[in-house]
Amino acid sequence: MTRHTRRALAGAGALAVAGALVLSGCGGSSFDSGGDADAGDGELTSSEDALNILIGSSGEAETAAVEEAVAAWSEESGIEATVNVANDLTQQLSQGFAGGSPPDLFYLAPELLAGYAGNGSLVAYGDQLANKDDFYPSLVENFTVDDQFYCAPKDFSTLALIINNDLWAAAGLTEADIPATWEDLTAVSKTLTTGGAVGLAFGAEYQRVGTFMAQAGGGMVVDGEAVANSPENVEALDYVKTHLADGTFAYAKDVGAGWGGEAFGKQLAAMVIEGNWIGGAMSADFPDVSYTVAELPAGPADQGTLQFTNCWGMAADSPNQQAALELVEYLTSTEQQLAFSEAFGPMPSIASAADAWSEANPDLTAFLNGADYAQFPPNQDGATEVIADFNAQLNTLETGDPQAILDSVQTNLEAVVG
Amino acid sequence: MTSQVTTPRRDGSSGIRRGEGVAGWLFTAPIIVILGVFLFIPVLMALWVSFSDWTGRGSPLSGNVGFVGLQNYAAVTTDGGLPTRNFGLSLRNNAWYVLLVVPLQTILALFLAVLVSRAILRGRGLFRTAFYFPSVTSSVAITVLWLFLFSTTGVINEVLSWVGINGPNWFNDPRGIVHIAAGAVGLGAGPEALTSGGFLGITWWEWLAGPSVAMFAFILMAIFTTSGTMMLLFIAALQNVGVELGEAGMMDGATGWQRFWHITLPQLRPTLFTVLTLGLIGCWQVFEQIYTGTQGGPSKTTLTPAYLSYQAAFQGQEWGEGSAIAFILFVIIIVFTIFQRWVLRDRPVSKRRIRQYQVKGQAPTPIPVKGAKP
Repeated sequence: MTRHTRRALAGAGALAVAGALVLSGCGGSSFDSGGDADAGDGELTSSEDALNILIGSSGEAETAAVEEAVAAWSEESGIEATVNVANDLTQQLSQGFAGGSPPDLFYLAPELLAGYAGNGSLVAYGDQLANKDDFYPSLVENFTVDDQFYCAPKDFSTLALIINNDLWAAAGLTEADIPATWEDLTAVSKTLTTGGAVGLAFGAEYQRVGTFMAQAGGGMVVDGEAVANSPENVEALDYVKTHLADGTFAYAKDVGAGWGGEAFGKQLAAMVIEGNWIGGAMSADFPDVSYTVAELPAGPADQGTLQFTNCWGMAADSPNQQAALELVEYLTSTEQQLAFSEAFGPMPSIASAADAWSEANPDLTAFLNGADYAQFPPNQDGATEVIADFNAQLNTLETGDPQAILDSVQTNLEAVVG
Repeated sequence: MTSQVTTPRRDGSSGIRRGEGVAGWLFTAPIIVILGVFLFIPVLMALWVSFSDWTGRGSPLSGNVGFVGLQNYAAVTTDGGLPTRNFGLSLRNNAWYVLLVVPLQTILALFLAVLVSRAILRGRGLFRTAFYFPSVTSSVAITVLWLFLFSTTGVINEVLSWVGINGPNWFNDPRGIVHIAAGAVGLGAGPEALTSGGFLGITWWEWLAGPSVAMFAFILMAIFTTSGTMMLLFIAALQNVGVELGEAGMMDGATGWQRFWHITLPQLRPTLFTVLTLGLIGCWQVFEQIYTGTQGGPSKTTLTPAYLSYQAAFQGQEWGEGSAIAFILFVIIIVFTIFQRWVLRDRPVSKRRIRQYQVKGQAPTPIPVKGAKP
């Protein structure tokens, strides 16, 4: 019995030692690489190392376009670079940062920026970009945390009003009827609501409903203060609630669609609030539906929409940040962004490409015009959960109390903005 | 259990011969190392993360990660902010899920097992395979199938419309089914006593909401998929139940139901324990259905602690909170399992029961006492 116990103890000890060795092995490497990245405050690392690029691709067209562009740059600069497509970008990035071997460059969503910036995973290279002043100011602001411009916006989209031409004409409406105000929107939605389709549909989320808040003069965060329960926002939700109740507006899910684009394509809604991405979805899934893209109407305050964007995040642990910066400058150049736009549809993030883009996409200029007055979802650390909670409550807006919903959002938002 | 196997040798004075012990360790070493490196050490590291301020960058064991005590646990349980509310909601959702899935799947599995074990049933193999089939299909595939079946214009609603029922918008309907029932009898808003107080940032009225319609679809799916596995366990156990006791019961004039309830079921008790435990653990860990299906929506009514843990860590970058949720979940599972073990323990037959079995007047044959030791 005693011999057995002694053996067991010895075994457990051996296991512990082995485990400690394994752990110190893991820990050591990442600790080292963390060390030299911290030193690079403003100074970018430089070496001969190849670059690893991780993207979350919307499809083959995007993957091919990015691969082609990166390959062209590689040839020009002589630095090797490989593009990997992530299945689950957030998870793969987290694994890379935790393991101390993140990709050098990657797509980064603004809602993740603050979290990664906060734990030192990112290098703020924005101010070192040669084409820094060419980016739209609202996009630069979108990727600014603690007054530091972290990463170059790779492209962007805004929301606009998408109108089904056939249903529009069938209801006796003309181009002159395109809504310019909430009153107009109320009127045309009522006219367009028939047995088969609702007037206006959109997703049950802040990322769509937020446009009404912007049009009413509200927003989520203004000048670093949470203002979610402002009277303007209440007015906006009241407006949406009224029309959800009278049946002229509807959430996409309530007409049996997964998102606005599906509701639109299946002609369950005559109008939807969607972004640039609807173009690809329509030509792929519903090529027979003809539509018009118009700017969203102005509310009591002014015009308002939301913008969505991603940037080229750069890892603090990257051994070759200088080369990565050059690659970003190449990928965000006028010429390259126009090529991306042609390949898979997003709008260039730089003002110098605007004219050429408008010329190439005369039907879509409403999206680009939105850049002038677009708000963006709050990008503070923890804001994602606040928005998720807001969305959960917007699901039941039809029966809910806008003031109570916004009050709870305000409480949650104050906790992350402060 | 295993000690019985080795006792004869251990009692002898010779003990394990020299070298055999070493060989034993050698043979078990690979699996010990594998389990240690890929299971035991990661679990310990996660435990450490749950007490630390690790932000997800570099190793959690490096020097600049600090110990923060119970702060992460407090954030999800007592702080009253959004993390607490999320955790409360996830517990509420999962508790209803467990409450419905575990008993229903156990009863269904037992019922199916008894059916397909009957000697007179033709084509038993076919039925067994059919009932077992959902269990061997990947849960991701079944979830996708379920999303189609339960879509607004899907097959389920189509079938419901044949009998005049306007089916709900299944995976998009956040209303709790208890609330729906309460609303039907005019209890729309909930009494003041229930809406004023609460636990974990959720009012009592919300706790009582019941699973949402969306969660209910997942509950049906869990019962559909796991009953097959549990049925298999019951079939195996039923084959060990001797026919003699049943025949004896028959001689004593026990009805079929009495024989099942007083003779068969008590002998299935160890299997019942296994089935309930497996069910309980599986139900508290529900993750992939949520990950593939709804990501916690609509209105967070399908959020579960396991999914919340993932979400907090990987999306919210709150690694400490994510690990803390995982360990609270671990404790919940352990507590439930111990409680259930205690409920299902072998008990001496109570005095009242003994009196029932004692010979009264002209009943000469003693009825065999159920499987428990007297």
